[in-house]
Amino acid sequence: MKPFTYERASTPAEAAAMAAAKPASRFIAGGTNLLDLMKLQIETPQHLIDVNRLDLDRVEPTKDGGLRIGALVRNTDLAANKIVRRDYAVLSRALLAGASGQLRNKATTAGNLLQRTRCPYFYDTTKPCNKRKPGSGCAALGGINRGLAIMGTSEACIATHPSDMAVAMRLLDASVETVSADGATRAIPIADFHQLPGKTPHIETALRPGELITAVTLPAPIEGRHVYRKVRDRASYAFALISVAAIVGPKGQRFAFGGLAHKPWRVEAAEKLSGPDAITASVTLGAKTTPQNAFKIPLLRRTLGAVLAEA
Amino acid sequence: MQTTLKVNGKTERLDLDPRTTLLDALREHLHLTGTKKGCDHGQCGACTVIVEGKRINSCLTLAVMHDGDAIKTIEGLGTPGDLHPMQKAFVTHDGYQCGYCTPGQICSAVAVLDELKAGIPSHVSADLDKIAFSRDEIVERMSGNICRCGAYSNIFEAIADVAGEKA
Ligand SMILES: Cc1cc2nc3c(=O)[nH]c(=O)nc-3n(C[C@H](O)[C@H](O)[C@H](O)COP(=O)(O)OP(=O)(O)OC[C@H]3O[C@@H](n4cnc5c(N)ncnc54)[C@H](O)[C@@H]3O)c2cc1C
Ligand code: SF4
Ligand code: FES
Ligand code: FES
Repeated sequence: MKPFTYERASTPAEAAAMAAAKPASRFIAGGTNLLDLMKLQIETPQHLIDVNRLDLDRVEPTKDGGLRIGALVRNTDLAANKIVRRDYAVLSRALLAGASGQLRNKATTAGNLLQRTRCPYFYDTTKPCNKRKPGSGCAALGGINRGLAIMGTSEACIATHPSDMAVAMRLLDASVETVSADGATRAIPIADFHQLPGKTPHIETALRPGELITAVTLPAPIEGRHVYRKVRDRASYAFALISVAAIVGPKGQRFAFGGLAHKPWRVEAAEKLSGPDAITASVTLGAKTTPQNAFKIPLLRRTLGAVLAEA
Repeated sequence: MQTTLKVNGKTERLDLDPRTTLLDALREHLHLTGTKKGCDHGQCGACTVIVEGKRINSCLTLAVMHDGDAIKTIEGLGTPGDLHPMQKAFVTHDGYQCGYCTPGQICSAVAVLDELKAGIPSHVSADLDKIAFSRDEIVERMSGNICRCGAYSNIFEAIADVAGEKA
């Protein structure tokens, strides 16, 4: 790791102010993604702001019947939370499908949303990667891209967002609450939070420099059967090739997908259709596949079939 | 940077470069070499320790982030003359070959049984509210601990023994 200085923040506003004072800084929460990348010198912050002591580790009902999840709530605790298990089971299921018991004990809600791609060339500092080094090229386009995106890609980057939790958050229409150095707060709908790569794949979210996530809020629960189905190369402790989050209930059906794009993928128009064939065709309209990852479309169709049979 | 860790019940004051991981603080500074470094990237579980009652990968966290925290390592679970039941069961059931992954496996296994008791669900729990011991539950929950020697079936038997279940 490159040397860095370290300080602890005691309030969210103070954390955001610390970040504004030192532009080459990063917040550190669980550290399970950031430290991994710092060891490889893919991330090289000069200053770390430890947010672990902030009072942001509670899950509380909101007055409109929803749930407010503090940015520091650990993935294990969120998955095991009684209200989440009962009313937002798809979120429990998505969290439990990710990483390992040890990692989920450490990983936080905010850190999970902000985890970076698992594209093999992003990790290989000897190869060009526009996300790691803007303007250097994309080694994945002509390389190993079996696991990479088929929707919303660009000439610059075909990486996927690796989070399971984020797919459930997208399904549930979550909203990301933040605070900035000047004390201003805002709520960003999850649909607008993660960005498509376009010409700037190094810009991954709508967060402004130094903006701190304080919570993720969920609207009132959606009735129906909650399912999260993840397809991967081994049955545990592996990232998704594709995943489907679904709620099927009396008021209709909704789906969000992982492993397809640079952000959790959702096509609301497809939710009016019936059957895996029609839904898959609508969800993957305009797909750009490579010979290696074209399998994701039939895999998606079959996985949706299984989800609909289960729901 | 001044950092205080409560390791296996003993208060340790260290002056650390902020880059020091908890794993390196334990091994290089406190000479508690029971905890192992495998991948150093959160992928193998050899570095698993129990911090404030929860198992984590000590390679993916900084020691300075744990100022004041209580940490339990394999050395704190039991001693050669007075083994923890999980350590004893690993010996009885041959739950290892080379032994490199074993401290992490044992720390993880001890925490897994606590997680089952606390009703924490897993990916294979059919009902998120009814958590019970089963082979599938243990296999899933232990998947963050890799054993290159492939001692998995004996590791399962050791855990089942401590849980009071038939393997
Ligand atoms: C071996 C391995 C396997 C994994 N498998 C999976 C998997 O199958 N599925 C899956 O979804 N994930 C998986 N993960 C990823 C894991 O879920 C993430 O590492 C974790 O969720 C990140 O959370 P954290 O709190 O540790 O983040 P950190 O590493 O602390 O931070 C990540 C980023 O978020 C920023 N940040 C943190 N908190 C805030 C905040 N409050 N406001 C603004 N910025 C903030 C940090 O600055 C940093 O840039 C795996 C990880 C490993 C190492
Ligand atoms: S797909 Fe994106 S992350 Fe992967 S090498 Fe190309 S630019 Fe980098
Ligand atoms: S050394 Fe920490 S998980 Fe491998
Ligand atoms: S006993 Fe050798 S790695 Fe597990």
